[in-house]
Amino acid sequence: MKRRYLLLQIESGETFTQDEVMSTIWKAVTKLYGETGASKTGLSLIEYNQMECTAMVRVLLDAAGLARASIASITEIRGRPVAFHVLRVSGSIRGLSKPK
Amino acid sequence: MKRIYADLHLRPNFNDFEQTKQMITRATKLGYHLIAIPLPPNFSEENLRKLQGICREAKIDFATRLDLKPTTPDELTRNLRKLRRKYEVIAVICESKNVARQAAKDRRVDILNFPLYDYHGRFFDLAEAELASGSLTAFEIDAQPILALEGPARSKLLSNLRRETETAKAFHIPIILSCGTSDLMLMRRPMDMAALASLFDLEDEQALQAVSENPMGIVKRNREKLNSKFVAPGIRIVRRGKDC
Repeated sequence: MKRRYLLLQIESGETFTQDEVMSTIWKAVTKLYGETGASKTGLSLIEYNQMECTAMVRVLLDAAGLARASIASITEIRGRPVAFHVLRVSGSIRGLSKPK
Repeated sequence: MKRIYADLHLRPNFNDFEQTKQMITRATKLGYHLIAIPLPPNFSEENLRKLQGICREAKIDFATRLDLKPTTPDELTRNLRKLRRKYEVIAVICESKNVARQAAKDRRVDILNFPLYDYHGRFFDLAEAELASGSLTAFEIDAQPILALEGPARSKLLSNLRRETETAKAFHIPIILSCGTSDLMLMRRPMDMAALASLFDLEDEQALQAVSENPMGIVKRNREKLNSKFVAPGIRIVRRGKDC
């Protein structure tokens, strides 16, 4: 099963916990595609850096577009304005850390 | 070949130049090479130079844009006659069917934009698309309401956008994706904008064109036309003088 790794930048004046970030992403996917759609994404958190406000998530290749659209649609966490930007997409974790 | 991305609808608050500066800088950071900002008709030369200076500093190309909101077709043609050569991009916010029809068939109009939250005010139907296909007009979709709305309101908007993009595709009308926001937090990277377009079934390639080739094409075409050496499409003055 092919996967894609997404490196995300979380932009906000505040910091959030790993759980808050992941539950926000799940909520966004469920809101846009429903529970059935969300179940097809294979979404999971690989790494979260609270200091740098970056996260690395893994999704199934077929659902990468769906996940990306959901992530782009996130506008708040805990009622605080926030923007998620997909910095890079790669087929491997190592690929994400390679310089462009 | 590397794509060049453009956002033709940034809407900063001109009363707050710091926020304007932040938006422009953010656009550069997000990967845009060109932005257009709708200017009010009474925008002073001094403020325009200031704006151009900020863009130069941020290393981003800037195009002037005018959003016309006429109430009658006559008002639209009058404004186009008066203002067309002063701006690089002219968009018409179509709030009535008559205006939408006139804007679609007028070759001086670059972009058709429809009210964001009024579903009854979206007149982009087959007749509108047929008229627009005869001119060079593009259909603009702002991402702002897609991000700001939730629940049934967003579902209805996406359903409308799906129908409208199908119509635009059928008549080969270029689609443009813009952020259309004055909020920094609602600005998205070009690739993320393209991903959002999948919500209304725009294919990947077309979505990428909507944030790159299509908007860039409008600005390039108009800059050529506004150049003093332009005579007609494909014809321009190369040299003046007695020895020509």
